[in-house]
Amino acid sequence: MQNESAVHANGLTKRFGKFTAVDGISLDVRPGEIFGFLGANGAGKTTAIRMFCGLLPPTSGEARVAGYDIHTQARMIKQTIGYMSQKFSLYEDLTVAENIEFYGGVYGLSRDDIAFKTENMLNELDLREKRDTLTRSLPLGWKQRLALSVSLIHDPSIIFLDEPTGGVDPISRRNFWRIIYDIAGSGKTVFVTTHYMDEAEYCGRLSIMYQGRIIELGAPGALKEKYGMASMQDIFVHLVDRDGAEKGGAA
Amino acid sequence: MRRRLIAIIRKEFIHIFRDWRTLMIIILMPIMMIVLYGYAITLDMRNISFGVIDDARTAESRALVEAFAENGFFRAWPHEVRRADIEQLFMQRDVDVVIVIPREFSETLGTDRRSSIQLIIDAADSNVGTFVHNYSEQVLQIYNRRMNGKLPVLFELSPRIFYNPDMNSTNFFVPGLVALILMLISALLTSIAIAREKETGTMEQILVSPVHAREIVLGKVLPYVLLGLLNAAMIIVSARILFDVPLRGSLLLLGLMSLAYVFVALSFGLMISTAARTQLVAMFGTLMATILPTIMLSGFIFPIDSMPPVLQYIANVLPATYFLIIIRAIMLKGVGLEALWSQALILTGIGILLIAAATRRFRMRLE
Repeated sequence: MQNESAVHANGLTKRFGKFTAVDGISLDVRPGEIFGFLGANGAGKTTAIRMFCGLLPPTSGEARVAGYDIHTQARMIKQTIGYMSQKFSLYEDLTVAENIEFYGGVYGLSRDDIAFKTENMLNELDLREKRDTLTRSLPLGWKQRLALSVSLIHDPSIIFLDEPTGGVDPISRRNFWRIIYDIAGSGKTVFVTTHYMDEAEYCGRLSIMYQGRIIELGAPGALKEKYGMASMQDIFVHLVDRDGAEKGGAA
Repeated sequence: MRRRLIAIIRKEFIHIFRDWRTLMIIILMPIMMIVLYGYAITLDMRNISFGVIDDARTAESRALVEAFAENGFFRAWPHEVRRADIEQLFMQRDVDVVIVIPREFSETLGTDRRSSIQLIIDAADSNVGTFVHNYSEQVLQIYNRRMNGKLPVLFELSPRIFYNPDMNSTNFFVPGLVALILMLISALLTSIAIAREKETGTMEQILVSPVHAREIVLGKVLPYVLLGLLNAAMIIVSARILFDVPLRGSLLLLGLMSLAYVFVALSFGLMISTAARTQLVAMFGTLMATILPTIMLSGFIFPIDSMPPVLQYIANVLPATYFLIIIRAIMLKGVGLEALWSQALILTGIGILLIAAATRRFRMRLE
């Protein structure tokens, strides 16, 4: 089981009525890697991530997260993964410390454990003076780093980040990615979605999603070589144009 | 299980006490409502304006007019009215009733001949019309007995009125208000609390953690049960202070029954929140689903027995219907559980049913 994929999907599909949000995607994420999900808004990235996290039941196909079946072992998955949504989801009217304590409690940590982790986290994030500040009044960049730390409170082996850097300035984004590297360095698997092309370059491997399907998958370097292009931006535009043209030709 | 539940309850209390503006609204709104409703909603009529057409113009006819003016239900000063103006006066709502005293009024008094006093009543509001009619009849009867020695009195009804001897409608309404306000506020509390978490995205964050639906549901309901009970206590206390509404039965029983009712209302709010995505939808849904049925169909104002069968069926599934029977019986009649156990059982049953359904519907997955 050690060599098993952190995330494995085979023909995973989600339909909402007639609309197919995720169209039979298959992928394997290796433990400890930073795996990117690149795509425009509405490409199906969030829907896919929600299925992996047990928030949405798939219409068909199969997937395993940390070796657990998403159909039958959702509870085991939830204990093993961390998740940070694109919307900031800490409680704005709770203080920094209260937020940490609440999520620690929700994951069933003991009081001592929570106290210990709270101190660690506040030190790491340099938020000690802000411990009793309402989360509402933190700058966005800090909020997002706090949300990331909180989603790691139960020491998950896989962390799903859904557009974690949306709306953040470039400096904060670079800092955020430094943390992501640290997380991966500690042996955790990072599954991250983005529509920023420069962030795509930071990923170990990435898949490009377009209209619910994965149209390319590989390491950024390998993809650049394959298409003979200098940046992910060019590759992405090229692939989307090609795919759009194919669809147009078929119709 | 214990840790997760405690974490949710603790967090919910922080929300409640940190947002002191909302807390004040929750606490003060019931008192405001009870003052407003308590003074405004009354079926008793006072200050009925009446007009007089006195064709007799005798001492006896003036005495009759005085009998009306003295009695407290009618205004002390009648309008002198001309026949041609009656319609106009009704339209301007200057008078509610016009009393016409015939020319031969004094001559027939004390003889075998009868004379008719005519009452012309504005019954655009039929309830008001009925009251005016009844009050006038009483005044006339009293006058007759005093002035008309020849009136044969065969027998007399001497009513003795139980539980509400002054026939004070406040005593009838205040328990109903408790039922209405508790239902409204409790259901609003939970439905908005959950819809807010959906809106801000925190619900999603909780749902990716290994919490159970029952932990979320209980964690949301328990803190608000306390708030709801506090509300119930404040309403009942202010009703006693402001309106002198009696509390004849056991306070403990009333507390327990209120607890069951608050629990039902909170669970109902949860049910609504499972369907509502935003706080606005949750609020309007709750207002629609609680206020109208509770006011119209629970027996708050209109007796259920005189409703058409379809509405009676609806009334029979409303929790307020049962709570109203219970609270009126406890407050006004001093009845104990021995006479109320069936209503108490049904109320508790509805509560258990609702919370089970809410938990079921509270899917751990977002759809």
